[in-house]
Amino acid sequence: MAALTTGSFLRKVSVPGSGAAGGGGARLRSIAGTRPSVQNGQLLVSAGLPALDQLLGGGLAVGTLLLIEEDKYNIYSSLIFKYFLAEGIVCGHTLLVASAKEDPGDILQELPEPLHDDNYKKVLDEGRSHKSQEEPEISMKIAWRYQNLPQMEAGPGTSSRFGHYYDVSKRMSQEVIQSAKWHKFFLPEEITSYANVESCALNHGYTKLLHFIQRVISEQGFDGSNPQKKQKNILRIGIQSLGSPLWGDDICCADTPEHMHSLTRFLYVLRGLLRMSLSACIITVPSHLIQNKAVTSRIRNLSDTVVGLESFIGSEKEANSLYKDYHGLIHIHQIPRLNSLICDVSDTKDLAFKLQRKVFTIEWVQDNYLRQERNIYPPGFSYLLKQKDSAWGEGSLQHSTFLMSFLAKTTAFASRLVRHCEPLKQTGSGGIRQTAEPGMWHDGRRQRAPGLLGIAT
Amino acid sequence: MFPELNNLLNVSPDKPEQGKFTLLCDAKTDGGFLVHHFLSFYLKANCKVCFVALLQSFSHYNIVGQKLGVNLIAARDRGQLVFFEGLKSTVEVLFGSKEQPNTLKFIRESSSDLKSLYEFVQKALTPSGDGSATSWKFPVLLVDDLSVLLSLGVEAVAVLDFIQYCRATVCCQLKGNVVALVHDSDQTEDEENAMLMNALGHQSSLILRAEGLVTGFCKDVHGQLKILRRGLLQPKNDEAEQWNTLLKVIEIPCARARI
Repeated sequence: MAALTTGSFLRKVSVPGSGAAGGGGARLRSIAGTRPSVQNGQLLVSAGLPALDQLLGGGLAVGTLLLIEEDKYNIYSSLIFKYFLAEGIVCGHTLLVASAKEDPGDILQELPEPLHDDNYKKVLDEGRSHKSQEEPEISMKIAWRYQNLPQMEAGPGTSSRFGHYYDVSKRMSQEVIQSAKWHKFFLPEEITSYANVESCALNHGYTKLLHFIQRVISEQGFDGSNPQKKQKNILRIGIQSLGSPLWGDDICCADTPEHMHSLTRFLYVLRGLLRMSLSACIITVPSHLIQNKAVTSRIRNLSDTVVGLESFIGSEKEANSLYKDYHGLIHIHQIPRLNSLICDVSDTKDLAFKLQRKVFTIEWVQDNYLRQERNIYPPGFSYLLKQKDSAWGEGSLQHSTFLMSFLAKTTAFASRLVRHCEPLKQTGSGGIRQTAEPGMWHDGRRQRAPGLLGIAT
Repeated sequence: MFPELNNLLNVSPDKPEQGKFTLLCDAKTDGGFLVHHFLSFYLKANCKVCFVALLQSFSHYNIVGQKLGVNLIAARDRGQLVFFEGLKSTVEVLFGSKEQPNTLKFIRESSSDLKSLYEFVQKALTPSGDGSATSWKFPVLLVDDLSVLLSLGVEAVAVLDFIQYCRATVCCQLKGNVVALVHDSDQTEDEENAMLMNALGHQSSLILRAEGLVTGFCKDVHGQLKILRRGLLQPKNDEAEQWNTLLKVIEIPCARARI
């Protein structure tokens, strides 16, 4: 079972090797910082943020690519990038950091410090101090034997745990960084000579980066080519601001770029390299700069997991009262379906993040902006929505069917009402039948909403 | 394969249709389950399958295939399945030795030509003629997916030429089937993809579109499946029949899906 629950490509790689390697490689001892997925047995690594891991279905699968679409000023996406690298150092993985803008050594100096047990509780309590005062001490009446046991909290532990917490206000200590094994690729240092690179219709910088990654993978044995090494490890690749003009690419500069396929070809070859090795890759792409939307969708199709960040700085959403506690929205655009027909899509779709002084948190913003505009829903329906655990909640079949039938018939209707914000006249005779029907609305259009609420004749 | 989908299409592994080009599209949802369905369907129907997989590795299809009841490794060993793994070949092209002739050499060169890929397909599906191999029913070409070729720099016209050549060989000459998947991106302005999809839709006899729900995300229903059948030679069904079915894909360890 151990061989089955780890990554499938591991079996593929060990088979063509020699007989001794096949026997030794098939039974995989567990690698630090990884765990098999509950759903399909795929090997997962943490992305550095336990909240993000949960949204991505438990973690990032080994052999896949995580694409972060940068927010406008690249503040929060670089933070997630650093979380990923910091997690790699804490788990003892090998890092490969590539950048065209900053020296990778400088990036590593800015990694956040991992938090340990008691520190984490203190940090959390600072953030929630006002809440803890309101909760009184609840003494257990029946299960009083369990009163004095420590509360179960998902906190950080030793480095053999999956997923750690970090303190953003402090830097990782020098000893920890020095003890980590990492490779660096800094584009201005690599592109000094133009000789001896075969042209493969790719950008020069991308070609060099691909050759570098392939060399690290094959020399360090991440693709199973060194069967003598018993201790397997994960290679974490981080590439910053791919596609920006600093890499020599012009997809961010022009509407019809000349080298439109450079980045997509790079991503395809990178995907091939990742699938055949024990590695996980994070790339950040400034997709808000890409004018050609076709390129954005192609980039998304070639990546496995796509997360988009949208910060509120300078946008009109900053003034929205719904978002006043948060710094931006996080969109999970795509989650891969690996080795299975379905994927573990989380139910919540409206996610926002905030960066407190020490901690980066992701929370679900209540989808109540639709409920506030009650003119879209008839008043009886919003009563149904407000109930706890209602069968009509967002995402349920009844809700979607109602929307499909209701909005399809009265779209112009609803939009007109939203614009004018007119209050609805209740006819006063009560009964869900009457209040739920759009036919009773006061401008006289007698359109019925068929379907589950159409009890009236 | 999904028995419910077989019922909707009125086919079964005992009597599959021949000489057809089927187009699979997906919009806002993942149409991969259709590819898995057709792969297992044709393997169970005892056909010789050439599978050009450009986006995922062999083990992915193998594991899903086991859940659907076919063993890809065994099929490959007995010669029923010819599997072309795009990702592995690309890595070999770029980092391997130059002397090996390779079907994906268009990645290295900037001139986009899918002739070598077509020759690979032709060699795989044409019966060898020495009479020693067991006879399969008819050859099938399965491509997953064609939109990736556009991302790699191949022009849409070249992809259309490739499909035309494959259809001429597989459908008309060898009386087999061709099934291809194309991503639909009607929200974005990917004109090449739109042109490719329209042209292929015009040539196909059966179009299966997997779409996400119009109203957005829903937990219980994953999307809807539109089946568009174009009768070519039967005068009585000359209008396209269109079916709309809501579907939800469930994965159970005993490998059945409910549509």
